[in-house]
Amino acid sequence: MAELLDALAVALKAGIGFQAVFFALLAIGLNIQFGYTGLLNFGQIAFALLGGYGIAISVSQWGLPFWVGVLIGLAAAVVLALLLGIPTLRLRADYLAIATIAAAEGLRLTFRSVSATPVTAGTRGLSGFSDPFVSLAPWDPAARFRILGTTWSGADLWVTLVGWVLVALACLLVWLLVRSPWGRVVKSIREDEDAVRALGKNVYVYKMQALVLGGVLGALGGMVYAVGTASATPDQYQNANTFLAYAALILGGAARVLGPVIGAMLLYFIIQFADTGLRTLIGNGVIPEDLLSATDVAQIRFVLIGLGLILLLIFRPQGIFGDRREVMLDAR
Amino acid sequence: MTHPTDRVRRHGRRSRPVRRGSPTPAGAARRRGVTVLRLLLVALFTAGLATLTPGLAQAEQAASEQVTGTLRTSLSGPLEDVEVVVTDAGGDEVGTDETDENGRFAVDLPGPGEYTVTVPEDALPEGVEFNAGNSRTVTVDAGRTQGVIIGLDDGTRGAGGGTIRWVELLVSGLRFGLLIAMAAIGLSLIFGTTGLVNFAHGELVTIGAVVAWFINVGAGVPLIVSALLAMLVGAGIGALNELGLWRPLRRRGTGLVAALVISIGLSLLLRYLYQIVYGGRSNAYADYRGQRTVDYGPFSMTNKDLTSMIIALVVLVLVAVMLQRTTIGKAMRAVSDNRDLAASSGINVNRVILVVWMVGGALAALGGVLLGLSDEVQWDMGFRLLLLMFAGVTLGGLGTAYGALIGSIVVGVFVQMSTLVIPNDMKYVGGLLLLIVILIVRPQGILGSRARIG
Repeated sequence: MAELLDALAVALKAGIGFQAVFFALLAIGLNIQFGYTGLLNFGQIAFALLGGYGIAISVSQWGLPFWVGVLIGLAAAVVLALLLGIPTLRLRADYLAIATIAAAEGLRLTFRSVSATPVTAGTRGLSGFSDPFVSLAPWDPAARFRILGTTWSGADLWVTLVGWVLVALACLLVWLLVRSPWGRVVKSIREDEDAVRALGKNVYVYKMQALVLGGVLGALGGMVYAVGTASATPDQYQNANTFLAYAALILGGAARVLGPVIGAMLLYFIIQFADTGLRTLIGNGVIPEDLLSATDVAQIRFVLIGLGLILLLIFRPQGIFGDRREVMLDAR
Repeated sequence: MTHPTDRVRRHGRRSRPVRRGSPTPAGAARRRGVTVLRLLLVALFTAGLATLTPGLAQAEQAASEQVTGTLRTSLSGPLEDVEVVVTDAGGDEVGTDETDENGRFAVDLPGPGEYTVTVPEDALPEGVEFNAGNSRTVTVDAGRTQGVIIGLDDGTRGAGGGTIRWVELLVSGLRFGLLIAMAAIGLSLIFGTTGLVNFAHGELVTIGAVVAWFINVGAGVPLIVSALLAMLVGAGIGALNELGLWRPLRRRGTGLVAALVISIGLSLLLRYLYQIVYGGRSNAYADYRGQRTVDYGPFSMTNKDLTSMIIALVVLVLVAVMLQRTTIGKAMRAVSDNRDLAASSGINVNRVILVVWMVGGALAALGGVLLGLSDEVQWDMGFRLLLLMFAGVTLGGLGTAYGALIGSIVVGVFVQMSTLVIPNDMKYVGGLLLLIVILIVRPQGILGSRARIG
């Protein structure tokens, strides 16, 4: 029982920790693109990678101030969105999907390649760039805090707090945007692109704006994650994370302002609980070692996410809070 | 948190050049390096055997010392009747021998100590040269038979060889492209007949490779039989995909975007299941290991690579004939072209789609086995290939079988030949960049029609 409580506490910490912030920001970005505009961005993690490495490379390699690094990361995300959007946004939805997933994998391979090592430090990754930010914390970053049976370092707490402020601001932005004329145009693009075009709107430009905005939010998520882990390695940015964010979005409910946030918290709570719970069960010998070893548990989460995505989309595509009529699931 | 440390390690290993494997140009150079290494190992092994047998024989007599070795190259085979001279530390000759029909030589020594084994410069046949000097100095312990390796160069490796790098890359690119094409035809036909962009198609490739590996290495069945079984399993899984998931979903009227995300979920589910069942390591098949490259003038390749190229070519021609001549092939093209029209002219669309899934699954599985043969089997090999399949299918034109064929070959050649200018570990990036460039220049692909894209 004590172990179950421990697992719950660990999962709770994960559900409100900076990892949940990371996925919440990725999912909010996807919500603008997929939920409201109907764009299939399967490379959201590439934007996060650029955000995280924007800071890491600027600070660790080029010796620039932290905030310049943030600007560089955001600018890189905008450039990537434009590069991907210009060729594909005129085409059918699946072309953007293919181009973005290819770009995400290509960027990750580039960042971990030997020839990029002088800049990105290859697979070892960069670290030591988060200190200027962590030192801004109003409390001692090295101190330990106990909250609800979990231990947080001062640095963790600070990053998480700032992260949730960012999430709140992003939600406010989305809320304001979707109530504006811009939001109505974007939603109509999702429903019927040709009708919007017939009304004289430049569909291409609206789609591009949505892609850029979502990408910038993804980059912010990547920054929170890089600063939270105090390191940037290419394999943090596996493309499977994009689909974790999709799962969070669809679980919470696409085309709802708070859907991705609730989804990310819940998803991360479930993942971490399953993870810790399984490890405990294996440790206790309840699950025999030859059926599932402790090292396999790390893979179980992706199996669960995959299964969850399939089941959600088949049986409840609107997620917890979504409106079935609003969920864009028909392709042109 | 999303990247368990053990996975990071595996990825690190995956990118290690030697594992990355054969279809690359630098890989080809490395393969040649590997061939030399294997040659040395063979020599060492023979020497080791030689150590054992005479060691036993001589145990009855007085313990004596010997130096042995083998002179051979991959091109010329064993070198016969080559004189070998052994001198002691003082430079005095202690014995000579001529290599036998297996290229072996053995010289008895008066006692332990340091000896120099020399092959006279002019003793070698035409075309064979010394790799690094014609003599080797070894220290022989009391009662031991010491193996000696004298590196020989027959011109099949290094700068002195007759191979031309771009021809070599072109050939390995063709081979890689044929593999991509084999896997991609199913992807393209499934898209053509059902409209589904199947992100889980790479997992059909992996299952072929993994099933064949388990049958081949686990059960000891020859690889050719294992590959056929893997194709059966691939076809079965394709059928299962259609009957268990996609047909019910079509009946429910699930939208194409939902289907796309479902296929992503399926891909994640299967890929990480493979990792749990198969493990994160990469493994080679039990058969056809350590083949030497054979020289064909401007390029060289191993027999297994040549065979897999021929197999791929034959299979692709058979698929083309099937599409062109047989009733079911015509039906496939008809459904792909216009589903409603095909249905109203009496074609059983669901049956055609089922066959497409089975053919696609079997082809993907075979592609996986051939890829595993050249690159070793990995749990995520299919997913990495998937992106190149997309590049090929997009280049050729989504939904057209012949387009997938041409596009995949172009992508394979492009990926391999791009290593002329970009580093080897970036070659996939080149393929993905090509994909984005295609989308800018000609989004409908080479054989696609404009109506499909917008």
